[in-house]
Amino acid sequence: MDIDYLALAPELTLTATAIVVLLVDLVLRGEAKQFVNPMAALGTVIAIGFTLVLWGEERTSFGGQFLVNDYAVAFKLVFLFSLLAILGISLRWFAEGRYFQGEYYFLLLTSFLGMIMMPSARDLLVLFIALETVSIPAFVLAGMRKRDLYSSEAAIKFFLIGVLSVALMLFGMSMVYGFTGTTSLEGIADALRLNTAPPALLLSSVLLVIVGFGFKISAVPFHFWAPDTYAGAPMPVAAMLAVASKAAGFAGLLAVTFVAFEPLAHVWAPALGVIAIVTMTLGNLIALQQRDIVRLLAYSSIAQAGYMLIPFGLAKSGAIEVNDAAVQAVVFYLAAYAVMNIGAFGAVIAVNRKTGQRAIRDYAGLGVRSPMLALGLTTFLLSLGGAPATVGLWAKWNIVQAAANAGTVFGYVMIGFLVFNSVIAFFYYLKVIKTMWMDPSAAGIPVLQPGFTLSVVVIGLSIVTIVLGIIPGLIWDRTSITSILAAIG
Amino acid sequence: MNETAAWLLPVAVFLPLVGAGVLSLMPSGDDQLAKRMGVVITGLAFALVVVITAGFDFGRSGELQYLTEVSWIDAIDAKFKMGLDGISLPLFFLTYLLTFLCAIYTTRYIPNPGKPKGFLALMLLLQTGMAGTFVAFDLVLFFIFWELVLVPMYFMIGMWGGPRRDYASVKFFLYTLFGSVFMLVAFLAIFFKAGGTTWDIQELSQMAIGSRTFQTWAFLGVFLGFAIKVPMWPFHTWLPDAHTEAPTVGSVLLAGVLLKMGTYGFIRIALPILPEGAQRFAPAIGVLAVIGIIYGSLCCLAQTHVKRLIAFSSVGHMGFVMLGIAAMSENGIQAALYGNIAHGVVTGMLFFLAGSMHERYHTLDIAEIGGGMLVKLPKYGVLFTYTAVASLGLPGLAGFWGEFTAMWSAITPGLGLEADYDGLYLGLVILAAIGTVLTAGYFLWLLQRVNLGKPLSRWADEPLNDVLAIEWVAWTPLLVIILAMGVFPRMIFGVQQSAVQVLMGFVGG
Repeated sequence: MDIDYLALAPELTLTATAIVVLLVDLVLRGEAKQFVNPMAALGTVIAIGFTLVLWGEERTSFGGQFLVNDYAVAFKLVFLFSLLAILGISLRWFAEGRYFQGEYYFLLLTSFLGMIMMPSARDLLVLFIALETVSIPAFVLAGMRKRDLYSSEAAIKFFLIGVLSVALMLFGMSMVYGFTGTTSLEGIADALRLNTAPPALLLSSVLLVIVGFGFKISAVPFHFWAPDTYAGAPMPVAAMLAVASKAAGFAGLLAVTFVAFEPLAHVWAPALGVIAIVTMTLGNLIALQQRDIVRLLAYSSIAQAGYMLIPFGLAKSGAIEVNDAAVQAVVFYLAAYAVMNIGAFGAVIAVNRKTGQRAIRDYAGLGVRSPMLALGLTTFLLSLGGAPATVGLWAKWNIVQAAANAGTVFGYVMIGFLVFNSVIAFFYYLKVIKTMWMDPSAAGIPVLQPGFTLSVVVIGLSIVTIVLGIIPGLIWDRTSITSILAAIG
Repeated sequence: MNETAAWLLPVAVFLPLVGAGVLSLMPSGDDQLAKRMGVVITGLAFALVVVITAGFDFGRSGELQYLTEVSWIDAIDAKFKMGLDGISLPLFFLTYLLTFLCAIYTTRYIPNPGKPKGFLALMLLLQTGMAGTFVAFDLVLFFIFWELVLVPMYFMIGMWGGPRRDYASVKFFLYTLFGSVFMLVAFLAIFFKAGGTTWDIQELSQMAIGSRTFQTWAFLGVFLGFAIKVPMWPFHTWLPDAHTEAPTVGSVLLAGVLLKMGTYGFIRIALPILPEGAQRFAPAIGVLAVIGIIYGSLCCLAQTHVKRLIAFSSVGHMGFVMLGIAAMSENGIQAALYGNIAHGVVTGMLFFLAGSMHERYHTLDIAEIGGGMLVKLPKYGVLFTYTAVASLGLPGLAGFWGEFTAMWSAITPGLGLEADYDGLYLGLVILAAIGTVLTAGYFLWLLQRVNLGKPLSRWADEPLNDVLAIEWVAWTPLLVIILAMGVFPRMIFGVQQSAVQVLMGFVGG
């Protein structure tokens, strides 16, 4: 078996960076410890460079189990740029709180290592390894605020439910292997295509695998860990979980459903479609009740996962055009979602860091106190809702387009729910916006001092949100070549 | 001449947006500078539009002039296509005129909490959205501009509005958004049914898209989006709250331009692209329109707040416009478009007057004002009478031609509807005529309660200013247009005629 090192270059770079960061942290003392952040960022930039070099190529490694094509590269870029943004918003938070910085950045980089492995995985075992590499550091990261009981609770909940979901998934995977005799994704698809009367046990094992991923993307009814974990974890970790970890789950789910289980689309597509409807609706309805902004963003991200599941409900085995449009809708939405959500969390971190405030009514008068920050958060919230001239509109447009392309009644039913949920979601996004701009500020709140890197990230992401809102072609024209189905053969 | 000057149109559309950016960069403290910049930017934009209008070839008003077409999003074949024809031109002109007058009005009157910089920046952003809607000829571009007006108007109502502004602004936003998203779904369905290659409104109008069933469903989707905006009964409930709580300038632009977007959407998009769906829905639209007329008028009779009364009068007037559309004939569309412009000018003026009334009396409750305005503020009373009478449809002023031609065209509906529904349409016209009596009733009663009689004792000694110079400057253009449209309706009908013929060619053919 020959190993294509260039195909592995981004992963190797991140591994090297993680180890270097951990070792350097041993040597640095006191204030200097925060230099591990720019080092991690440098490593990430190098990894991005390698990933861009891989654009347009198709390379396999480890006997076909690890594939790098445009689809994988697109996902890797989303993850690596998210990593860069999260590094930007983490710097001051972890430097000034009482945290172990070297360990934090090491775990973060390791988690992202798993994430960039995910879209390249073409084998159930590699997928599992990638998934675990994402999750296990995340369990520790959630409990990083050692002296806070709430953080430890978040970590334990996340750990227990994560382990449970992985166990279920492994159980399903093992049975799928038993039925099909292979763990390669395309091999499973071929075996399933030959099997015209799949037994019920095979169907349930397929659904078990999907359930395992369902936990990762916090779909209802596997979402119960999400609000508590996001609320208890340190905020940059919450941003990572809400965006990158969820995107990794989607990357895995896409590979598993649209490649491995594609012949059984008539089984899982309706199931995922119903899950999409329930997730959107429940996420939005509960978000209406929230008074803590992190919990609001947590439920909002549950609802966003619901929107992203709609294209899964449209899949049909053999309908390449419909499936391609669905995959492209998910990838575009993930890219847009990363931009909007990390930006929103960045603004929340800026407000929380010096003042410790995280209730929505604490945001009153932010438009007067810090207009740029309020404007940034307004942009991100409007984009999450889907207002025009922001990238969020195009993300939702893409999903509606994929459904109109498929043209099925169920597709239109899901779109009907999307419409209703967009209106519901705007209610709570507007509530936050209204509080920032229209409510008077309470007296005696200290002046916010967002860190330099955080300001750069928030301002940069809000500009990207608007620019992509006006010229979505910048990434749209590039995500339309994410035909993962063409990766076969 | 138009081909080389085609760039004028996108420049005119985006100039307010650039102006908003310039305004937001100015120093916060200087209110006077911000207000003057607002007048300068809107004035410049208006001057551009005057140049565009002067260069418009009225002999060829059926064709798209000042056409710009560049590719925008290749992945979905969306193009940036802007143009002007005889239907778009009057509305486009009205948008810029009203915004300019609003900027002039704002130099004197700005509601709590002040901050003219933010207020004017939002108004300019709103202007781009409104203007773009009337000149966009690609469905994607149209949708973007259509949605773009929601956010600035939300902030304008929510930050500078009346006591119930929180409720009114959120209701306006969510209600209108709800309709818009259904409209989006319908647009996408049309796109795919037409082969998935073009979003061009002209091209789609010429194609026969889908079966009758498909067109009916798609029409339902766009109907929701446009009907909420118009607003048609029973989707009108956002309007009274939004109008009452909005600041004066917000109400003027809401009534004067935003409502027009709904009817324009019906005429430009719903009818030509989905003619069979339109034919199916026409009687229903007619019935809802007349219910709107009667319902709006009856609600007006019950109102005790001046602005809320004018808001419900909008519901009634837009009922006449929709009746003209429901007639599905060239005369009907002409009537609808004329009624659109007339309502925009007259009701815009009414809201200006209401705003100024509030500035003087600090209340808009009719009982509290009590009457005697002709004694206390004679010039103001005259203007109020003039505008109210124009609104109720007195011949010789703008409103008459909108109402009269709408009813007249509805007697003989087009598109084959006459065979099955002529009894229904006759009944609708009779009810609409009764509606005009009710309209006259509530306006005359309002005038009696506010204008006539003696001023109440609490106002008798109060020093209230009659019409100020800045108000004369802001209002005279509208007053002149109301008279001009009344005595010379051809100035609107003539411009539109050729374009309406082309449009009805798409509908009928």
